Amino acid sequence: MQLGFLVDLHLCMGCKGCEIACKVENEVPLSTWRLRVKYVDVGTFPETRRTFTPLRCNHCENAPCERICPVSALHYLDNGIVNIDKERCIGCAGCVMACPYGAIYIDPQTQTADKCTYCAHRVASSMMPACVVACPVQANIFGDLEDPTSNISKYIQINQGGVQVRKPEKGTNPHHFYVGGGNVTLNPLASQRMQGHNLFNNITTLPVGGHH
Amino acid sequence: MAHEILAATNAVVTLDVALPGIVWPWLVTVNMWAKSIGTGVIFMLFILLRMHPESAKNLRFPTAIVAFVFINIFLLFTLADLHQPFRMWHIFVYSNWTSAIAIGSFMASTFLGLLTFLGYLAYKKDYVTFDKILLWTTILAIPVTLYTAGLMAQCTARELWQMPTESAQMMLAALLSGSAFMILMGGNKLSGEAKNTLAVILGLSALMSFIIYMSEYIFGPMKAEEVAATLDYIKGHGQYSVMFWLGQWMAYLLPMLFIVLSRASKSESILKLAAILALVGLAIVKHVWLMIPQLLPMS
Repeated sequence: MQLGFLVDLHLCMGCKGCEIACKVENEVPLSTWRLRVKYVDVGTFPETRRTFTPLRCNHCENAPCERICPVSALHYLDNGIVNIDKERCIGCAGCVMACPYGAIYIDPQTQTADKCTYCAHRVASSMMPACVVACPVQANIFGDLEDPTSNISKYIQINQGGVQVRKPEKGTNPHHFYVGGGNVTLNPLASQRMQGHNLFNNITTLPVGGHH
Repeated sequence: MAHEILAATNAVVTLDVALPGIVWPWLVTVNMWAKSIGTGVIFMLFILLRMHPESAKNLRFPTAIVAFVFINIFLLFTLADLHQPFRMWHIFVYSNWTSAIAIGSFMASTFLGLLTFLGYLAYKKDYVTFDKILLWTTILAIPVTLYTAGLMAQCTARELWQMPTESAQMMLAALLSGSAFMILMGGNKLSGEAKNTLAVILGLSALMSFIIYMSEYIFGPMKAEEVAATLDYIKGHGQYSVMFWLGQWMAYLLPMLFIVLSRASKSESILKLAAILALVGLAIVKHVWLMIPQLLPMS
């Protein structure tokens, strides 16, 4: 079994339901996120459009976080999920630095690394990840990539040529795919982050782990 | 490439979470700086004992103590940087052998053990055994110096940190700081020839380091968009431009100039000034190079 995720960006409407469901399900502390939806506006007024991109751990086949973790706190489960053992983590933040997707954070409450686990605890009970359940338009598709009859495998087959991963050149082989993505949505360097131009605040960075 | 996309699409992030700030802070700068001195003085003692044995014979004990102190500073700041420092022992029990951190921890611990033994041997004046152990300590000092480069290379997408260049920079930093510290520590114990040797090592390592930094500064952006975006932080009005050039002048350019002046005027004071500038400048250079890749948004 090789679990994977696919997000159809044609369907995502940026409601952030997945983000909230993840926060609630995994008790993710304030100022940190396992899953977030990024809004990027493209074009010049009046010819503009808004894109929405849910971003989470890619559960890479060749995961840099797993490789750099000195204590194997980050490890593979049999179903392909890159899981984390918070009791073992020493908080060196090597994984935070190694992840090319910025998907790992230091939990300010436990002072250990944390990230999306594809809701491994729910999957172990044959339930879908919380974000999948919460999505009102079924933009999140989750399943076994090795099973050709799974929804995700069928979706990938139907959309062959339009399926993308983030930063494929890094050789991480992500198990998280996007349909309808483009450079602006998947490449963080292709959009500007202008200080003070966020919709709700002008905070651009937060201290890692709540200190330093 | 990203610059062209930005111009073409005028894409702006309008709603997102705040990104994490600096992950590895100044504590890691001190870590790298102290390790450079700790291993560098061992390299210098090894060289001096072979090239100028009479001059260096009295430096065995002070060098072992200095290396011991600086490696302990390195380990202390490594520990202080952990978010769960009391779980440090996990590294030795649950070791992941693909991790440069795990391998480096074992090597640094062994290195510290050897330094302790060297200190004991020097105190007991058992110089024959000291010199035998020093050989193995010097050999081990090479991977201890280099493993941080391996760690930085394992940080995927922080493309500024490439293994070949970082390993060269780590080794040159050890030679630079080791020779600078030895010039200051040696004082009157060192002969003129020994000081000349140290000055040449200091000057050449400064020159080589400077060449590598400038090569990356000029040619790096032509290779990868991450490198181009990272180097923007030290170019023009970049956040770290002033600190970058201050470091380059203090660590490399001024020491090279002062070494030439000290040789021309046979002035020991100018040589010492070069050594002090190199040590301070190295900390600044290391800090800038550690910080700028962390400013880049990863997602």
